[in-house]
Amino acid sequence: MPVLDNMRAFLRREQIWDYLIPDREVMVQGPGGPILYVEDVTLSFDGFKALNALSLYINKGELRCIIGANGAGKSTMMDVITGKLRPDTGSVYFGKNINLLKLSEPEIATCGVGRKFQKPTVFENHTVLQNLELAMRANKKVLPTLFARLDSGRADRLQDVLATIGLEAEQKRLAGSLSHGQKQWLEIGVLLIQDPQLLLVDEPVAGMTPQETERTAQLLTSLAGEHSVVVVEHDMEFVRSIARTVTVLHQGSVLAEGSMQQIQDNPQVREVYLGE
Amino acid sequence: MASHYVQSNPLFVKFADDKWGNILLIAILLTTVIVAVGNLLVPPESPFHVSTYMVTLLGKYLAFALLALSVDLIWGYAGILSLGHGAFFALGGYAMGMYLMRQIGDRGVYGNPDLPDFMVFLDWHELPWYWSGFESFGYAMLMVVLVPGLLAFIFGWLAFRSRVTGVYLSIITQALTYALLLAFFRNEMGFGGNNGLTDFKDILGYSLQSDATRIALFAASAAALVLGYLLCRWITRSKLGRVLIAIRDAEDRTRFVGYKVESYKLFVFVLSAALAGVAGALYVPQVGIINPGEFSPLNSIELVIWVAVGGRATLFGAIVGALLINYCKTWFTGALPELWLFFLGAIFVLSTMFLPRGIVGLLHRKGESS
Repeated sequence: MPVLDNMRAFLRREQIWDYLIPDREVMVQGPGGPILYVEDVTLSFDGFKALNALSLYINKGELRCIIGANGAGKSTMMDVITGKLRPDTGSVYFGKNINLLKLSEPEIATCGVGRKFQKPTVFENHTVLQNLELAMRANKKVLPTLFARLDSGRADRLQDVLATIGLEAEQKRLAGSLSHGQKQWLEIGVLLIQDPQLLLVDEPVAGMTPQETERTAQLLTSLAGEHSVVVVEHDMEFVRSIARTVTVLHQGSVLAEGSMQQIQDNPQVREVYLGE
Repeated sequence: MASHYVQSNPLFVKFADDKWGNILLIAILLTTVIVAVGNLLVPPESPFHVSTYMVTLLGKYLAFALLALSVDLIWGYAGILSLGHGAFFALGGYAMGMYLMRQIGDRGVYGNPDLPDFMVFLDWHELPWYWSGFESFGYAMLMVVLVPGLLAFIFGWLAFRSRVTGVYLSIITQALTYALLLAFFRNEMGFGGNNGLTDFKDILGYSLQSDATRIALFAASAAALVLGYLLCRWITRSKLGRVLIAIRDAEDRTRFVGYKVESYKLFVFVLSAALAGVAGALYVPQVGIINPGEFSPLNSIELVIWVAVGGRATLFGAIVGALLINYCKTWFTGALPELWLFFLGAIFVLSTMFLPRGIVGLLHRKGESS
């Protein structure tokens, strides 16, 4: 009597249906432990495996550098974490509870993952201050945005971030008129003001002068601790100057992980990446 | 380097800062008063008399200016280049036309109190269901906004959700208006086919032929334009306006900052379609006809040229462009009709080459150097 069985299953009192469970504010993370879990992620484009069973864990407050040759899957990995691409298999969790693979890009941004693009991308026709104001945490639905006003607490917060990225003097300039380095810092500021727990930074010092590179290194190092920072970078000198832990990607999976010294001494890495 | 600084409070540009916009609004209001006085109070033999023909012409220009404003809102600010915005204008116009048809009553050629002439001619015996309600002015005005708005909502929801952007979006908007053009040509649609809706008698009980009604329609167009301008200015100066510009300049960045780009585009697209519908509804009683020709893709393209020539993303530039090009069009099609399209093409090419920010860009350049 399957009908009767179904009926009984339906009427069982201890049964709690998914849709009856109220939505709770999900806590991203308790103290300690990894904040980002990338497990066994594979993504292929027409048979080419851009990511091949990639597994990676980022700890809370960590500054992690990711290096790898062109096509090693660095940017693809960023795309998967931020929701731009969906992997074929594998799982990506932010904290213990948030499944990033189920969220859209704005939702991922809102729950605390900030991303800096390889090419500096700021809103060129807005001033530095307006750039930060747009990115600031707020209700980002259409109508609340139409009626949004800036209160003084938020204005103070804008000034704090301006100080962190060192662009106080430029706050009224249009972002399009900033130098390359200043745009990069502004974009980092745009991430910071969203109070992200995880910052993904793609090639922050490409095209920077040595002085700008040095300031960027200081900025990123100062951010670690309060935020977890993942830096993808080609410039080995820069990586050496900021890195505590380095992960080497090769052909879509992790080849080695460890301190800069360990990485440099690793024969496999020397072979595939350092070209020896 | 002065141009790189925003002079006033960078977050909230005040109303007073829109100098040229304010000048334009005042000019429109003054013109309305002068035209009304010149037409109704000044006797016809006086050189200051404004002819009824001129009133209607100016009223038509104002409706076009409102249409241009609606395009500037989506193209200039959100970067959505619609090459089919004439469709929303025409739909608003048809909604108004349907009301005007129902007002004719038994004064048509066939004298049928229930059916418009073209339906009698087609040997129809009852009004199609979608014509019901249009005898009420309020209902018709609601439809003027709702029909274009609903079409824009459905179209925009599908297009923006699938992330159709740029040229591809322009092409499908063009296809949309072309499809409507073909559909409205068919007699079976019940909108008068090829001939459209015409032979209107009166609006709200006032004869459309009388000078006072003409002036009222002209004033209504001016009022709609001013209100439309204030609405668009309020929106583009709000945080939402800054988000739109952000979407235009860096769509991906905006998404990663946490804004749902599709919702923003949809909001502004629907609003713009509704404004275009209102423009169409003001246009129809003044020119006295609406036919499928208004859906022609050419109209929509010409309309984009008005905005480009006037200057994008300034709102008042769109109005200036619409007024200027339409004035030129009236003059040219009277004096040298065969050269008009060449002239229009030349204006477009020259303005893109030498005035990338449109005529209005000249004002800004002058303002910066002083």
